[in-house]
Amino acid sequence: MWLKFEQRPEPSKVMTYLSPLLAVGLMFLSGLILFLVLGKSPVEGFKVFFLNPLRDSYGVAELFLKATPLMLCAVGLSVGFKANVWNIGAEGQLLIGALAGGWLALHFEGSTSRLLLPGMIVAGALGGMAWAAIPAFLRTRFNANEILTSLMLVYVAELMVSWLVHGPWKDPDGFNFPQTKLFSATATLPLLLAGTRVNVALIFAIGALVVGWIFMNRSFMGYQMKVAGQAEFAGRYAGFSAKRSVWIGMLAGGAMAGVAGISEVAGPIGQITEHISPGYGFAAMIVAFVGRLSPIGIFFSSLLMALLYMGGEQAQQYLNLPSSISKVFQGMLLFFLLGSDVFINFRPRLVRRRK
Amino acid sequence: MNHRNTALASLVGAALLASTALMGAEPVKIGFVYVSPVGDAGWTFQHDQGRKQMEAAMKGAVTTKFIENVPEGADAERIIRQLAQDGNQIIFTTSFGYMNPTLKVAPAFPGVAFFHATGYKTAKNVGIYNARFYEGRYLNGVIAGKMTKSNIAGYVAAFPIPEVMQGINAFTRGMKSVNPKAEVRVIWVNSWFDPGKEREAAMTLISQGADMITHHTDSTAVVQAAEEKHKEKGTWSFSYHSDMAKYGPTAQLSGTTHIWGDFYTKVVKEVLDKKWTGTNVWGGLKDGMIKLAPLNAAIPADVKKQVAKLEGEIKAGKFHPFAGPVVDQEGKERVAKGKNMTDAEMGAMNYYVQGVASTLPKN
Repeated sequence: MWLKFEQRPEPSKVMTYLSPLLAVGLMFLSGLILFLVLGKSPVEGFKVFFLNPLRDSYGVAELFLKATPLMLCAVGLSVGFKANVWNIGAEGQLLIGALAGGWLALHFEGSTSRLLLPGMIVAGALGGMAWAAIPAFLRTRFNANEILTSLMLVYVAELMVSWLVHGPWKDPDGFNFPQTKLFSATATLPLLLAGTRVNVALIFAIGALVVGWIFMNRSFMGYQMKVAGQAEFAGRYAGFSAKRSVWIGMLAGGAMAGVAGISEVAGPIGQITEHISPGYGFAAMIVAFVGRLSPIGIFFSSLLMALLYMGGEQAQQYLNLPSSISKVFQGMLLFFLLGSDVFINFRPRLVRRRK
Repeated sequence: MNHRNTALASLVGAALLASTALMGAEPVKIGFVYVSPVGDAGWTFQHDQGRKQMEAAMKGAVTTKFIENVPEGADAERIIRQLAQDGNQIIFTTSFGYMNPTLKVAPAFPGVAFFHATGYKTAKNVGIYNARFYEGRYLNGVIAGKMTKSNIAGYVAAFPIPEVMQGINAFTRGMKSVNPKAEVRVIWVNSWFDPGKEREAAMTLISQGADMITHHTDSTAVVQAAEEKHKEKGTWSFSYHSDMAKYGPTAQLSGTTHIWGDFYTKVVKEVLDKKWTGTNVWGGLKDGMIKLAPLNAAIPADVKKQVAKLEGEIKAGKFHPFAGPVVDQEGKERVAKGKNMTDAEMGAMNYYVQGVASTLPKN
């Protein structure tokens, strides 16, 4: 007998949705085997990794807090990804968003205006968009590959943050340590649940998912972008502007990443430091694809991804496993997803080997 | 009958409770938060050595646990809180970026003692600690001044925060104190840990003629670079954080090694004996919080003697590496003759002293 992959006449709808579930299942299974190999009880390992983080309301709130920036970045990126616009630089757009909004917080320090916080959020979105506009312009004007330019701008953004917190924006009373002053209460996002850290940014994220869904499924522009992504020539023949797709894709990603950035510094961090994001902009790409570029999928996949981060912390604390365990799980998830995606366009068939 | 039984049971129960409380049968849980993986050299490695030393010294009375590679962003607060919630009664957070997260968690756990390394904010149950690394740097500089042939030393540094500036300036003053022609060149790599960049910076300094090199970064790359160039260029190195003789068996002359174990043992004992009332420690050679890495056999006996004498004077408080006059690069007098620089002045150091040949990047 012989296993053969046959091209399907058209992509399988069932597999499109089954594939991420298959990937999650395979990740769990390999995780159990991994725990066994490391000499830990798989049941105990599973409990510590996936259930322990959620043992109380604080833990659940932390899960949503951690998922918020992932949700925001992923939904923004998915708009571009659908149209084959590959924005790899959400991490940089997130940082510039944090700087733009954070600048307002520092500049209007002590202000009690109710407009300060909304202004910071808008500035965050604009900052992220401005950073994303650079690769969009280079792509539409000079046909420069946006994968490279958006990625390289991440490093520029990181250096910019570093320069500002070591230099002009350094807290004057902070003994030269690289961080800004703490934001005042009026420049900090209100909490949703007292005693936890989950804040209104979660509402922004869920709002963004809803808007993202309406745009992609109910608007003509969203339809054009999907067509441009699935069949470039058909889109061009129908007169849909490819340039406009690039602009909208990049700016949507930039805006959402920027909101994620300002939400982190005006939320759980409370100031600008060199360590705003542990790579949310990059992790969001996995989130977007595991979520099938759909807002509902992204909601669940960002929660899963957040759980993988938190599970890794628990595994260190209770199983004495190294911190890299989170990355191993994230990597397995993406690996199995890409593997399972083969079944969308191909069908496995057993054929008899020819003599 | 039933009633008597219950009464008896509760009596026995109360007695049991009282005795466990008296004996303290359960070892006290202590948690450590690390900024990077432990690895085999560097900042976190030294804290982990300290943790092990303390656990051995307090055998049976404590158990320790560490969480490594904790980002200094929003996640730190959750991890510190979890450690406290999990019953750790003493928590050490060992990187600057944990300062505000530690202070945010502490009020919710008044029974837990928190210790934050390198910060400047304290609270009722948050102590701070750091070490006078500059004392070791000065002595390293003296050795460099005596051993150099090119009169040039190279210094690979991370970020111009006061702690790093103190190191560069103390090394320079030590070197110049025995060799007026000496100069120190600095390359900033803008990263605490980047072996590639650190190595590149070291190689650049060596090719500019530096035959003494040291670093204030976290990897062993600089010591390794010196070892590699030792035969060809006669390059020597001074290690930092850890003794890196393993990586520079021939070329490492000495170094400044962080020793946290004695401090950890001392404060843990204080807390367990209920004598702890707060900590704000900036300890040096005298307190055993830093030590010179073993001196290389290539250092002549008279230099060794001079270093030992100076070390004794620093410990006795008779000599200060920043004893006036301290003159900065522009010729401005920062500390007058006859005075020592104060801790506050050192905490705000943002200039090079005379003898540093590089200029500070402007903001």
